[in-house]
Amino acid sequence: MLQKKIPLAIVLVFGIISAIQYFVPHPLSQEYYDTMLKWMIGVGSMAVFLALVSFLRHHYVRLKVKEHAPYSAVAILSFLFMTLVGFIGGMGPGSIFQKMFYYVQAPLQATMFSLLSYYMASASYRAFRAKSFEATLLLITAFLVMFSVTTFGNYVPGIPKTLEWIMAVPNMASKRGIAIGVSLGSIATSLKIIFGIERNWLGG
Amino acid sequence: MRAFFIKLANLNRTIIYLIITLGVITPLVVPLNLGQKMSPPTENLYTYIDTLPKGSHILISADYDPSTLPELQPMLEAIIKHAIIRGVIPMVMSLYPEGTGLGIQACEKAKEELGARPDTDYVVLGYKPGFSAVILGIGEDIKKVFPTNYSGVPLDSIPAMKGVKNYKDIALTVSLSGASTPLAWVTYAYTKYNEKLATGVTAVSAADFYPYLQTGQFVGALMGMKGAAEYEYQVNKLLEKNGFEKGKSVFAVRGMEANSIAHFLIMLFIIIGNLGYFLSKKRREA
Amino acid sequence: MVLKLILLLFALKGEVLNIKDVPNDDGSKLRIEYAIPFAVFDSAFIYRIEGKKSVKIDRLIHNEGAFIDDGLSYKGHYKYKLVIYSDTLQKVFESGLVSPKASWFDTSQFPLFLVVLLYTGLLLFYIQHARSGKSMYLRPIAGLQALDEAVGRATEMGRPILYVPGLSSLSDVATIAALNILSHITKKAGEYETKILVPVRDPIVYTIAREIVKESYYSIGRPDLYSEDDVFFATDSQFGYAAHVSGTMIREKTATNFFMGMFYAESLILSETGASTGAIQIAGTDAVTQLPFFIVTCDYTLMGEELYAASAYLSKDPMLTATLKGQDAMKLIILLVVGILSVLNLFGIHITLGLF
Repeated sequence: MLQKKIPLAIVLVFGIISAIQYFVPHPLSQEYYDTMLKWMIGVGSMAVFLALVSFLRHHYVRLKVKEHAPYSAVAILSFLFMTLVGFIGGMGPGSIFQKMFYYVQAPLQATMFSLLSYYMASASYRAFRAKSFEATLLLITAFLVMFSVTTFGNYVPGIPKTLEWIMAVPNMASKRGIAIGVSLGSIATSLKIIFGIERNWLGG
Repeated sequence: MRAFFIKLANLNRTIIYLIITLGVITPLVVPLNLGQKMSPPTENLYTYIDTLPKGSHILISADYDPSTLPELQPMLEAIIKHAIIRGVIPMVMSLYPEGTGLGIQACEKAKEELGARPDTDYVVLGYKPGFSAVILGIGEDIKKVFPTNYSGVPLDSIPAMKGVKNYKDIALTVSLSGASTPLAWVTYAYTKYNEKLATGVTAVSAADFYPYLQTGQFVGALMGMKGAAEYEYQVNKLLEKNGFEKGKSVFAVRGMEANSIAHFLIMLFIIIGNLGYFLSKKRREA
Repeated sequence: MVLKLILLLFALKGEVLNIKDVPNDDGSKLRIEYAIPFAVFDSAFIYRIEGKKSVKIDRLIHNEGAFIDDGLSYKGHYKYKLVIYSDTLQKVFESGLVSPKASWFDTSQFPLFLVVLLYTGLLLFYIQHARSGKSMYLRPIAGLQALDEAVGRATEMGRPILYVPGLSSLSDVATIAALNILSHITKKAGEYETKILVPVRDPIVYTIAREIVKESYYSIGRPDLYSEDDVFFATDSQFGYAAHVSGTMIREKTATNFFMGMFYAESLILSETGASTGAIQIAGTDAVTQLPFFIVTCDYTLMGEELYAASAYLSKDPMLTATLKGQDAMKLIILLVVGILSVLNLFGIHITLGLF
């Protein structure tokens, strides 16, 4: 029981202080905030260590499974290689570590990112079906927006203005509606946790 | 015919991927030379810089890292070149450490291609941490925020920085960003110091910035690759007119051609998908 | 030159240098106000004097009339000296000793403070109301109703469940909401003895997700089901994570995929891969820009605040449900205020309540 009461008490105290801190510009309040940030960094650093252990264990276990083995082997080897290179050659400009980052990791990430265009094509191909009045409206709007963001869009009179209107009026209205709900929901969630009403994050 | 369309509507995704690949690669290899007509937000920014008096200063903040480079770097290069050709002095800074190198790269290009002189035709201020503190600090005194330029030369001794103290001496500030950084410029530089602002953003975040154009908080904006291509194309025309053929760049223009083709292909897929959907629905009803 | 001197002395009558405290700050700023005729002098400098130390802090170019001196300490005492030069003439003005004040409450945030108080009060009121035992109606949310069914499907197919708690850190409330749902789903999966895989991107979220899964199994009396390898840290690289999760979906043939929390540009990569494997997918996020992608590719999508409501909805705890009522009441107030102010604005009456 105490195992749950202590975290709840810590959350209550620090939750309330942190909420009040936002309205207090005094240096003492800033000092409290900085201290909290330092603690967060400290806790985060410890978590990184645990996370690395988890990463290695996960892939080590999968090395024994034929289907996963090649991928996990690449993951472990890449991890060890980058760690070694970083320790031995440093991470400064011109180092192998930095070169690996720029010429291997960055292009790999860009490749994953660029896959989006394919997924976008196949998802819109399946999803934009004029099944109902609303879906047809969505389809027409999507068509207009897509056309207006091509090179040809600017040559058709009225299209650029229509794009601006769609973006600034219906698009923004719906976004703001969701944003208001999200803000209220996030404050309520925070308060529920601070007051100990929500305990699922402790495992229920 | 009906069966053909129904079959087409259920295309395997591998074929869709293949068609998209071809659609993207073809314009990059064989330029379509479609030309680029400026959209209103691009035109507003272009005209604003174009009509500034000679010797005016603009501040360009490269607030991005290499992940958004394809869309934002051509914007940075084109704006710098445009300013230099027009005798306007661009001061390039960054609120992101990774943006510094990209800013220097763009200035070096202008130096090489247009013969621009550092600290006379342009100034590289570099990176300063602290987001809001930096933006607010420039409102008081830019020399307090950046006592020296990127190479360590005191701003007081830089000819191009003569008479520049704060936003009052900076005709325009342009924030190029893949995130919400331009909004920080609106909050601090526009609201507090009434600084004229413009922005260049990635297409995916463009939707967030339209309301600020409507309210006039941004005098103009470059929206994604399209904005970059439109600006680049316009600057190319200006360079050609002034005899700087070497300074012309087609990175964004080509990218936009590929982008347009990809968009048309997606639109085509949607039409095919809908045709197939209706035909198969009719068949079921029959 | 004599004329200039007369003009200068004439113009400099009255208060030339005035130092004021900047309100609502941490005591690090002072506002330096000056009234000098820029037409009749060549240059002007301001010095800050702290004890015996004198520092030149500004050269006045514009007739702005004031600037803020930053970087001071609320414990310090400062004096300011204005020196103006005209040809060979020099005139010095000195202020009295001043000390910046550090505020204990930012009055410019007062309207926001009131709104926070009002909202907190509303939530507490409804919680108290719930304590009296009155039941409250919750509108059905399809995505949440389908959660159990989705877990059941994985059980029937004998394949694991994939739970992605977003890509953000714990500072995002969406991540906390996602972890709350994880607890419920783990319990359900535990009851059916179905394996749940939780790849995590953030190290802190990883440690918490691990504890939640462990505690959830304990709470249903099945600690034996917990495996150290079910919750794991994948990578902190955004697209590296997307690649890892996509690979997991394909290789592990997960029957049910949950995407809950904060997502960025990788959302479509994750959910489209899941759609291609034929898995049943339920997403929930407050990232407005990613919602369209999830709606297109997932069977059910929790939009915005529905993600936060999930915990209350699933647990049926009256106290948690009460907070949803509080949210609705606050939303109604906001709607009314926005509506009334917009109508007034149409008639040329501009009221902002200090909020904008």
